[in-house]
Amino acid sequence: MLDEMKIGVLALQGAVEPHMKAIAGCGYEPVAVKTAERLDQVKGLIIPGGESTTVGKLLERFGLDTLIKERVAVGMPLYGTCTGMILMAAEIVGSTQHRLGLMATTVKRNAFGRQVDSFETDLDICGIEGGPFRAIFIRAPYFEALGSGVEAMAEVHGRVVMARQGNMLASAFHPELTDDLRVHRYFAAMVEESLGEGAKAQRH
Amino acid sequence: MVMEERSTWRTKIGLAEMLKGGVIMDVTTAEQAKIAEDAGAVAVMALERVPADIRAQGGIARMADPLKIKEIMNVATIPVMAKARIGHFVEAQLLESLGVDYIDESEVLTPADEAFHIDKLKFKVPFVCGCRDLGEALRRIGEGAAMIRTKGEPGTGNIVEAVRHMRSVMADIRRIQNMPDEELMAEAKNLGAPYDLVLEVKKLGKLPVPNFAAGGIATPADAALMMQLGAEAIFVGSGIFKSDNPPLRAKAIVDSATHFDDPDVIARASEGIGEAMAGLDICKIPEEELLARRGW
Repeated sequence: MLDEMKIGVLALQGAVEPHMKAIAGCGYEPVAVKTAERLDQVKGLIIPGGESTTVGKLLERFGLDTLIKERVAVGMPLYGTCTGMILMAAEIVGSTQHRLGLMATTVKRNAFGRQVDSFETDLDICGIEGGPFRAIFIRAPYFEALGSGVEAMAEVHGRVVMARQGNMLASAFHPELTDDLRVHRYFAAMVEESLGEGAKAQRH
Repeated sequence: MVMEERSTWRTKIGLAEMLKGGVIMDVTTAEQAKIAEDAGAVAVMALERVPADIRAQGGIARMADPLKIKEIMNVATIPVMAKARIGHFVEAQLLESLGVDYIDESEVLTPADEAFHIDKLKFKVPFVCGCRDLGEALRRIGEGAAMIRTKGEPGTGNIVEAVRHMRSVMADIRRIQNMPDEELMAEAKNLGAPYDLVLEVKKLGKLPVPNFAAGGIATPADAALMMQLGAEAIFVGSGIFKSDNPPLRAKAIVDSATHFDDPDVIARASEGIGEAMAGLDICKIPEEELLARRGW
């Protein structure tokens, strides 16, 4: 049964609801994750947009950072939008803020400017079919550098704004603020894959 | 073909979406901005005096000195908001040119226009406005506000008005949801609200923009109360830097906004954080000094 597969959205702070809707729209059960118990239930996790300094501190204060790292280490897919992408990076330019540091990436915060510079644009995403994706960037970061094992998936003005490293996916833009579900479907497919053939057969 | 557009309605609402579940704190110096960010604020509101001081000192309250706003923008990595007087579109133009991330067209400052609010659709920078009820909220959204907050009664440390305003907004939303379509035009007339926005409220079951709380929040429990009543994030004005221990109180209010539905966490967050700001009884404030009455 498809409805048994739960995908979580970290709900400490930020745009949780639009991701929950997108997950439901893809036919999976969304779970708002604020506690260890909830994290245990999900097969994949999205870190939504929010303020990275705030979410980083709350992850540490409520002890979820270690638990998320442990899950990702044993294969749980993780997708970060904006704040999520920042918190997943090993390096953040000019900042010592608290982070998960899981991806071999260097990220620059507020890299396109302040709020008046926030923009939307059509983006070609490698690995996502069906034409350009309308991408919304809000005080967005970009990848300044990608380490080994990290594949760039999309670029704006010559800057990488989406990348994947194994079971980890990160984007500087917000697919959850549009009605286009293709990025969420791509992540859901990563979650399906991570469960392996055995688990899939059991569920169907 | 790549169509790139800046400052769209979606990017304006989008920033408000990113602030949800968070706490926006009033700060008057770069040092306070740092304390707010370290405590976990999602944004700061740069101003010259907090509402409690504006109330105590009297006089005309205006937009803050641009130098002060720039100092705060230089230290904060989180969004910086600033206040313009109601109807003072030139103050808003200056704030946009400074590059602030959000403008609060605020009743905390002395209104510049008693008849008209700012035409907010003209600006690239998004606006937040206060409201006491649904009609006022929809009028401001009609003018282009991308975020709504309750007015409450700023600078009092007294939550009663914010509760009244949030309950009124939420009750009217529930009422509209249950109305047959033929009653909605009359409802728009009674509320003094744009008809298309009344239709949207019925369809969505909520405001068409994020709905935050402000005005009188002084404790972690106050923050959680507003969230449980339906607020999606919290503004704290005087409540932090007029308290005994601003860093501890700020952190406690942040924790409580996150875990607003978990009394254990809020109880722990509320322990030993010193005295809250001294409060004011709304009944003892002369009517002409009530800030929530500014704007319409």
